[in-house]
Amino acid sequence: MKYAYYPGCSGHGTSVEYEASTRAVCNALNMDLVEIEDWNCCGSTPAHSVSHELSGALAARNLMQAAKTGADCVISPCPSCSSNLKMARYRMQKPAFKAKVDELLDAPTPANADGGADLMETYSVLQAIVENVGVENVASRVTYPLEGIKVVTYYGCLLSRPAHVAKFDDPENPVSLDNIMKALGAEVLPFALKTECCGAAMGIPDVNIPGSLSGRILDTAKAVGAEAVVTACPLCHMNLDLRQRQAARISKKSFFGLPVFYYTQLIALAFGLPKNAMRLDKLAVNPYPLLDKIAERRKARVSAELEAMKAAGAAS
Amino acid sequence: MNITRLDKAKDLKFKHQVEEESGQNLSTCYQCGKCTAGCPGAQVYDRQVSQIMHAVQMGLKDEALKNRSLWLCLSCSTCSARCPNNIDVAAVMETLRMMARREGLVQDRPIESFWKAFLDTVHVTGRSYELGVMADYMGRTLRGWGNLEIAPMALRKNKMPFIPSVIHGREEVARIFKRYAEKRS
Amino acid sequence: MKIGVFVCHCGSNIEATVDTATVAKIALTYPDVVFAEDTMYTCSEPGQENIVQAIKKHGLDGVVVASCSPRMHEPTFRRTVERAGLNRYMFEMANIREHVSWIGRDREANTNKAAELVRLAVEKLRRNTPLYAKQFDVTKRVLVIGGGVAGIQAALDAADSGIGVVMVERESTIGGKMAKLDKTFPTIDCSSCVLAPKMVDVAQNPNITLYAHSEVESISGFVGNFTVKIRKRATYVDWDKCTGCGTCTEKCPTKNVPDAFNEDISNCRAINIPFPQAIPKKATINPDYCRKIKEGKCGVCAKVCPTGAIVYDMVDEIVEEKVGAIIAATGYDLVDWTVYKEYGGGAYPDVITSLQYERMMSASGPTGGHIHRPSDGMEPKNIVFIQCVGSRDCSIGRPYCSGFCCMYTAKQAIMTKDHLPDSEAFVFYMDIRAPGKMYDEFTRRAQEEYGVEYIRGRVSAIQPTVRPDGKVGYIVRGADTLLGAPVEVDADMVVLAVGVEGSKGAGNLAEKLRISYDHFGFFMESHVKLRPVETNTAGVYLAGVCQGPKDIPASVAQGSAAAAKVMALFSKPKLENDPQVSVVDIKRCVACGKCIQVCPYQAIEEVEIRGQKKAHVIETVCQGCGVCTATCPQGAIQVAHFTDNQLLAEVNALCLS
Repeated sequence: MKYAYYPGCSGHGTSVEYEASTRAVCNALNMDLVEIEDWNCCGSTPAHSVSHELSGALAARNLMQAAKTGADCVISPCPSCSSNLKMARYRMQKPAFKAKVDELLDAPTPANADGGADLMETYSVLQAIVENVGVENVASRVTYPLEGIKVVTYYGCLLSRPAHVAKFDDPENPVSLDNIMKALGAEVLPFALKTECCGAAMGIPDVNIPGSLSGRILDTAKAVGAEAVVTACPLCHMNLDLRQRQAARISKKSFFGLPVFYYTQLIALAFGLPKNAMRLDKLAVNPYPLLDKIAERRKARVSAELEAMKAAGAAS
Repeated sequence: MNITRLDKAKDLKFKHQVEEESGQNLSTCYQCGKCTAGCPGAQVYDRQVSQIMHAVQMGLKDEALKNRSLWLCLSCSTCSARCPNNIDVAAVMETLRMMARREGLVQDRPIESFWKAFLDTVHVTGRSYELGVMADYMGRTLRGWGNLEIAPMALRKNKMPFIPSVIHGREEVARIFKRYAEKRS
Repeated sequence: MKIGVFVCHCGSNIEATVDTATVAKIALTYPDVVFAEDTMYTCSEPGQENIVQAIKKHGLDGVVVASCSPRMHEPTFRRTVERAGLNRYMFEMANIREHVSWIGRDREANTNKAAELVRLAVEKLRRNTPLYAKQFDVTKRVLVIGGGVAGIQAALDAADSGIGVVMVERESTIGGKMAKLDKTFPTIDCSSCVLAPKMVDVAQNPNITLYAHSEVESISGFVGNFTVKIRKRATYVDWDKCTGCGTCTEKCPTKNVPDAFNEDISNCRAINIPFPQAIPKKATINPDYCRKIKEGKCGVCAKVCPTGAIVYDMVDEIVEEKVGAIIAATGYDLVDWTVYKEYGGGAYPDVITSLQYERMMSASGPTGGHIHRPSDGMEPKNIVFIQCVGSRDCSIGRPYCSGFCCMYTAKQAIMTKDHLPDSEAFVFYMDIRAPGKMYDEFTRRAQEEYGVEYIRGRVSAIQPTVRPDGKVGYIVRGADTLLGAPVEVDADMVVLAVGVEGSKGAGNLAEKLRISYDHFGFFMESHVKLRPVETNTAGVYLAGVCQGPKDIPASVAQGSAAAAKVMALFSKPKLENDPQVSVVDIKRCVACGKCIQVCPYQAIEEVEIRGQKKAHVIETVCQGCGVCTATCPQGAIQVAHFTDNQLLAEVNALCLS
């Protein structure tokens, strides 16, 4: 299936590893990504906090650019971008709102039969993998299972909220990442803070906000026995990984030392994709001890299996 | 503390305006506090979200608009997801934010400045550019030094490129901002 | 014909927007109207006397009253004209209040419309004929559906007055929800100590026939003469032989059966007696778990039963009972609270319902009355109670207050402090609703004497975590709206005061009873204020929570009230039918039989009149629904008082003149 791909600005900066692993995984899953030509920033929270029309116009330009790809829909790895693009399309179904947005654009958006804007649908890459590719197809590609490492999945706010626009997974207890992680051979621990806010971009004006919120998420993850956190959002990842020491200090805890992965990095790992498809070197919290643990367990498992085969052979 | 004269202070026009702009019926709020209970920003708010809802219900414009909470709201929509009366509380908060800006009642300059820095970057380059936003923000406010704590790591991991990416259609994006500014004034 | 018209002011209800004097004046111009006047309150005693005098003075043989809805006062005025010697069906009503004055402000238009409606009533009345009721016999037995405290009370009161009672209970024992409770508010009485004697009375009363583990299959007939088919679900135990000794349940090897009586917080055997005071105290096999029934293996219970009561191949049995009245007392079930994903949606073992907590506190419950949390058996220290879970919540389609949760939560908090003096009880509430006798005092005691912490606010989420000592803790994230701040409690256990809805299958039963029910499965009473026990189907009454949330004393009172209604119904030697029934014009009837097929009451039969087949209506069975009239291709069957002639006259009065 052909997708118009919207990488989002952080893919060039703080989340290059997400961008790289997303492209590699999509490629491995035969998802045909066509990057939207000359895409612009969706405006993120600052735009929709200032004006829905401005936010809508920034999104609408992207969606019109996307139409040129001839794909069926837009996908983006970033929950904030996909949420903004989804929301713009949702709001522009109303002709009055469409008209206001059109006033800001060089050319008006195309209209549908009801007078609303005729724009492409946007999904998160996660949604496309779960709903179009299917978890069973992900499972069938696994060559190096994750050997039961204990993970918690962290979705953040925007993947499934607001529910009437996101139309994906459960807003209170989402399970799509859980299912993917199980398919990769990880053990997913019950985690009540899956959709609890990490502090978003508030770290720029006040580091204490994401510090205490992310501190709580990491502390609980650690308490329930997680060896790693899995996420699908660049901003969440920054707060949990890059700011992990800061979060520990602000929430008065000792350093958690919890590696935080993008789910795409772990898919790439389990698929046995090359290093540059994971960019694990970009993670702030050292993931290698955990990877070594996986390797050790794999070794132990394989040799145990060999022993068992030998024993079975000897018996027969 | 002044005693609020409810009969005089009640501004029903304000209440109706909030309801219309947000598309929410504030009369259905029965002040259970579930929004406040789940709000990640509550710990730093100067007025809790349920209190802001109540201020709107009572038509108390100043109480609803003059607070830092509007700017500290993380837009996570937890309040909306759990409201027993199906009120999109986050949409009300966003509406109030816009109204406060229109009325010149912004109570948290730093956050406003951060957003401005972000949007200015988009305005100029067509994309957001983390290092630029941060520098712009710190330059404007002389704040945000806490972020320097993570800078070495970010730079070591080469997560903050020094060169912004600029798009061909930046003029087109700039025109969006220009028209928006013209419409506002 | 001489007709009198009375136009009512209804105080200012009508007069404010209708010129009643003018309506009366216009009425005088209608055919056959010889007398018309406006009156202040026609339904008052002087108002009615005025009608009687007018009938006598002017020799009226028909009366029209233009006032409120006939649902309100038609019976009143029918009695009035009867007192003056007229037939009660020589009366018509024009509704100029609900249909005119309350819905329009334009006085001139309203006056006009009122006059038109009076014209309609006059034209109908001109075609009315006197009708006379027939008498029929009554089966003086009552069916009580549901053996909870409301049904028990209704059954005992009816039986005490000499009425035969048939009680049908879905579970294998009566007692309902009250039997599961540990204590009752506001006196902290032992629930089963109060209820058990009444349950025994049911078993011992010779006037009561009890069908437990049974359901109503179908109901036919009408007030005074219902025929009820009851499905006795297979128990796989011959209850005539079972002595309730319990040997079978001790020896049964299948131990993993969720114990429904204990709200699934413990397991029971595949053959089980729900609790020691069960009535009837008989064993029942759960066929979903019994190995003998499922796989043909085992058979231990049959071997150990001293009376040979086990019957593995038992099948359901249908029995038929004849009754004259029915009391529905089907109670409630808890709202499905697992929709609250933020409270774990049922996945957290130590987040339980208040009913589960009752079983935990009960001395006859699975923990012997000791409070241990389910996950690890730890004695909890911090216990959080969350009210309004599934009540007053539009987001899950449950906007109403469940009525008694505030009170039982206070009781449970007090009992918690009694059981575990070192514990802390926190109650998250929105409003405390305690308007009963000694109720508010009770909730005050919880706070003043027992030190229960009441926090005004809803809980946003329950988040389990693991404490440094390795034990699971539950962070309850709430708000104290009085403080204006978010608050948290690290709880060991959380008890949810889950709201109530009509019991499962209530809608299905309502359709069998031909009564109305609401979105939430509660049965509709006939009048919300003045007929709270009756339904709109004659002879069917309501008791207990099946009509709406209520506590034990209110349920008991309604049980007695329903029994009293039945006694009043049965106090007459014979019942009179409503003569507004179908009548066959035998000259037109061609005996096609269509009416017989469509009649929902089996009220039409085929007879031979002078060698010719004709339809015949059994007047005491016909309910005057009119389905036959609409079906008859010959126009041969008409409902008296609603004939084609009469209805067309009304239409013509509006449209032609």
